[in-house]
Amino acid sequence: MQLAIVVNEGPYTHQASDTAYQFTKAALEKGHGITRVFFYHDGVNNGTRLTVPPTDDRNLQKLWSELGEQHKLDLVVCVAAAQRRGILDADEARRHGKDVNNIAPGFRISGLGQLIEAGIQADRLVVFGD
Amino acid sequence: MSTLHTVNKSPFERNALHSCLGHLCAGDAVLMIEDGVFGARKGSSAAPMVQAALQTAKVYALAPDLSARGIKPGDLIDGVQPVDYGGFVDLVTLHGRTAAWL
Amino acid sequence: MAKKFLYINRKAPYGTIYALESLEVVLIGAAFEQDVSLAFIDDGVFQLMAGQDTAAAGFKNFSRTYKALGDYEVRKLYVERESLEERGLKLEDLMPITYEDENEDYAEKPSIHVVGRNELASIIAGQDVVLSF
Repeated sequence: MQLAIVVNEGPYTHQASDTAYQFTKAALEKGHGITRVFFYHDGVNNGTRLTVPPTDDRNLQKLWSELGEQHKLDLVVCVAAAQRRGILDADEARRHGKDVNNIAPGFRISGLGQLIEAGIQADRLVVFGD
Repeated sequence: MSTLHTVNKSPFERNALHSCLGHLCAGDAVLMIEDGVFGARKGSSAAPMVQAALQTAKVYALAPDLSARGIKPGDLIDGVQPVDYGGFVDLVTLHGRTAAWL
Repeated sequence: MAKKFLYINRKAPYGTIYALESLEVVLIGAAFEQDVSLAFIDDGVFQLMAGQDTAAAGFKNFSRTYKALGDYEVRKLYVERESLEERGLKLEDLMPITYEDENEDYAEKPSIHVVGRNELASIIAGQDVVLSF
């Protein structure tokens, strides 16, 4: 089956990103396809490359980036939610006159339409939030 | 097609489990995840509503979340089945839709 | 064929961003011509309360956006009766939200449907995609 995943919370503060990650990994191991992983609300904070979490615990951004690369996943950070929370790629930074961008490898910034499309295209959609 | 309902918060913190159980149809399944697994423990004030729900629906709890929180198989309400992440995936594909009660 | 999308709203407005940002999904989603319904359950019913005034609190009042939903072809706003009653609310306490029915000479009709918990359970059971925030 094709599964769409929605992550509504940022890393560490809530377990949502961990659960979504483990679920996505298990789904791939079972041979399912992942239409998209869409990060909304504070979930966009999973897509910053500037975190320096303690080394004796998991690094959620790296885990998502690596899973994304390994399986060619479409990790999408919602542009509106990202703008509110300060997650920018190079284009967004330039467009809004910011002096730096911080999007993590493997993530891309796009519109809410990507969430709706994922719901339309996938066989199942699962939400992880608070 | 039936629905898989997920509950991720403790029944003592939020009304999500209570609300979820009020919206079940016959043949649905409830999966407790994250802090929601505290709702699977026997002997709490939440147990009667879970036991009642077992008449209508299957009830599961995510095993890694149970063990993370020190909840042992013997602590679970009779009829609540532990599943791992693979089992979670199977439940999502088995049921027609997943509704998250956050 | 259009899929049936249900947006479940169970949180009060303003204390958290979920009400506002879920509405943003509904508005963008309207362009995709799917079969959209919104469910207001538990504290979600507070999102539709009339008379919201955010001036003193210093943030944007987005409540009038609900009134625009009819213009976006979103006409099915299911409000749970038990959730209203638990909170001491009546339909009259909510904002009037209407749409224009093109099949009846653009007659103005209510978008809010107060339904019981059991009916809402059936509504959920009939959906393709359920989004919670």
